[in-house]
Amino acid sequence: MTAGTVFVKPSSTLDLVVRGRAQRASRRRLVMGILAASIVVVFAVSLMVGQTLYSPADVMGVLLGRDVSGATFTIGRLRLPRAVLAVVAGLSFGLAGVTFQTMLRNALASPDIIGISAGASAAASFAIVTLSLSGAAVSIFAIVAGLGVALAIYALSYKGGAAGTRLILVGIGIAAMLESVTNYILSRAGQWELQEALRWLTGSLNGTTWPQVLTALIALVVFGPMLLSRAGLLGAMQLGDDTAGALGVRVERTRIIVIFSAVGLIAFATAAAGPIAFVAFLSGPIASRLIGPNGSVLLPASLVGALLVLVADFCGQYAFGTRFPVGVVTGVLGAPYLIYLIVRTNRAGGSL
Amino acid sequence: MTSSHTLVAQALTLGYGDSTVINGLDLIVPGGQITAIVGPNACGKSTLLRSMSRLLAPRDGRVLLDGKSVHKIPARELARTLGLLPQSPIAPDGITVTDLVGRGRQPHQGLFSRWTREDEQAVADALDATDTASLADRSVDELSGGQRQRVWIAMALAQHTDLLLLDEPTTFLDVSHQIEVLDLLTDLNRSRGTTIVMVLHDLNLAARYADHLIALADGRVHAAGAPADVLTEECVRHVFGIESKVILDPTSDKPLMLPIGRHHMNVTV
Ligand SMILES: Nc1ncnc2c1ncn2[C@@H]1O[C@H](COP(=O)(O)OP(=O)(O)OP(=O)(O)O)[C@@H](O)[C@H]1O
Ligand SMILES: [Mg+2]
Repeated sequence: MTAGTVFVKPSSTLDLVVRGRAQRASRRRLVMGILAASIVVVFAVSLMVGQTLYSPADVMGVLLGRDVSGATFTIGRLRLPRAVLAVVAGLSFGLAGVTFQTMLRNALASPDIIGISAGASAAASFAIVTLSLSGAAVSIFAIVAGLGVALAIYALSYKGGAAGTRLILVGIGIAAMLESVTNYILSRAGQWELQEALRWLTGSLNGTTWPQVLTALIALVVFGPMLLSRAGLLGAMQLGDDTAGALGVRVERTRIIVIFSAVGLIAFATAAAGPIAFVAFLSGPIASRLIGPNGSVLLPASLVGALLVLVADFCGQYAFGTRFPVGVVTGVLGAPYLIYLIVRTNRAGGSL
Repeated sequence: MTSSHTLVAQALTLGYGDSTVINGLDLIVPGGQITAIVGPNACGKSTLLRSMSRLLAPRDGRVLLDGKSVHKIPARELARTLGLLPQSPIAPDGITVTDLVGRGRQPHQGLFSRWTREDEQAVADALDATDTASLADRSVDELSGGQRQRVWIAMALAQHTDLLLLDEPTTFLDVSHQIEVLDLLTDLNRSRGTTIVMVLHDLNLAARYADHLIALADGRVHAAGAPADVLTEECVRHVFGIESKVILDPTSDKPLMLPIGRHHMNVTV
């Protein structure tokens, strides 16, 4: 740092920077390529494998709209919407979860821990079970409740803009409360099967229909790009509000757009598949381990979410003697990590 | 490259909630020069810098950049002209030095942050200027306080602004690194004409490195001008409430302040 070297540009540093970026980008591409390929493989397998096995040719036939005896119904009506919803819900949960975790700089601050998913779920179950609504009306209930919970948590834990442990604790409390609301709604209805009840408590893909898939897919197409395009702004906001503001980020505005989009993703996915346990919570940290310090974790986390849901649903259906809804499987995966994080947070605050 | 920018505060009143921190302050930052702001803890130095970089809306009065209220300039546009390194920025867990420095390019990039050669060059220059190129791939968590501080300054440099406000850029630094940072800022000022405004706690370094010294007290500017005119025994008494002896620095023609504690009153300097 001697005077005079300031604006001399030893090409070596530029090379270092350029090469470093290229390396990180190629690592990212590799990891995301593997994730995407795994999603395609598990997706294909979950179309082929089941009570009846179908060949790839049969599956292709159904996908191309040909009439394949037996397969058209089983694949076209049962397995395909289920697998598509697994991907859509996984992408949505993964993306929304990591957005919250990044913005609040805390892995515990994912929407399924701090009660946003629980709120969306309680509202959706209320709309469906108590009010006998369906379709878009359910999603509207879910999104309003999700935003309401986000707002409530923010208001209850707001302290000079800092969202620390308080927010998490308030959120966990609210989540517990809302889960009991869901329980109450389901118990009042009485006639509901266990499977349906489990959808609203832990999330399930049983009996997925195309309209459900479609609303969640539209939400993903609308809100996904809103979040992904703001990866850079979120990156700046991780440096603190002042630094982000000094870098030209309109912090409040960005925060509102980001929260709204993330809650939108969560709410629509939850209205379709229930609050699939811990997917939002797990995807970010897993993706961040896989990607390393090589750029934004938003898209990778989204892919991890999709893979998690696909694999967990497949395992839930066929890996054990009885069929478990997907949320039970992801719940079993997520719980130990949650405990680990809470223990670690007690020692030092951690982000991702 | 032009640093004919003028940054002016007029009758500025700032505060949080019910409390007023800055009260009717007037201030001029001379373009193309190094300005140091000094004042006791909690007198509102950081608050002032935040408002000058549009992060805090004034209760009253205004901050003008080239005659235009900074609060009316779009955030992104302002961030290409005026940069701020806050007093305590946050480094996300596990972020690498290059990545952190690269975030200084934010105001120059669009949505989806596409990287250009110019961005890479700016990052490389900033790493070189702060002598942090050798740390490029290290994680910021594992750096020493001084190294980390230089990385933050590199981030601010990568932003490529004509005006740079720095809130205590020399905290955490040992004396040699303090001097290095101040020399670096001076280089930046000389070679690129960058207008520098920095909050410093070391009055002697402030007097040594600044062309223009501003002493804050009671939410106003107590004195402003050439260091020799500002750093006086009267000023130190008024602003910091301590007795001192101000002599001429033998290594420069700047004033040098020697504080006198209660226990050393009788020692003649
Ligand atoms: N976000 C905030 N909310 C409420 N009060 C604040 C906030 N930030 C600062 N203050 C108060 O404003 C006053 C001035 O604070 P400021 O940070 O500007 O002081 P400073 O001169 O930078 O002090 P230091 O030398 O310790 O950095 C202090 O009394 C502080 O408590
Ligand atoms: Mg301060």
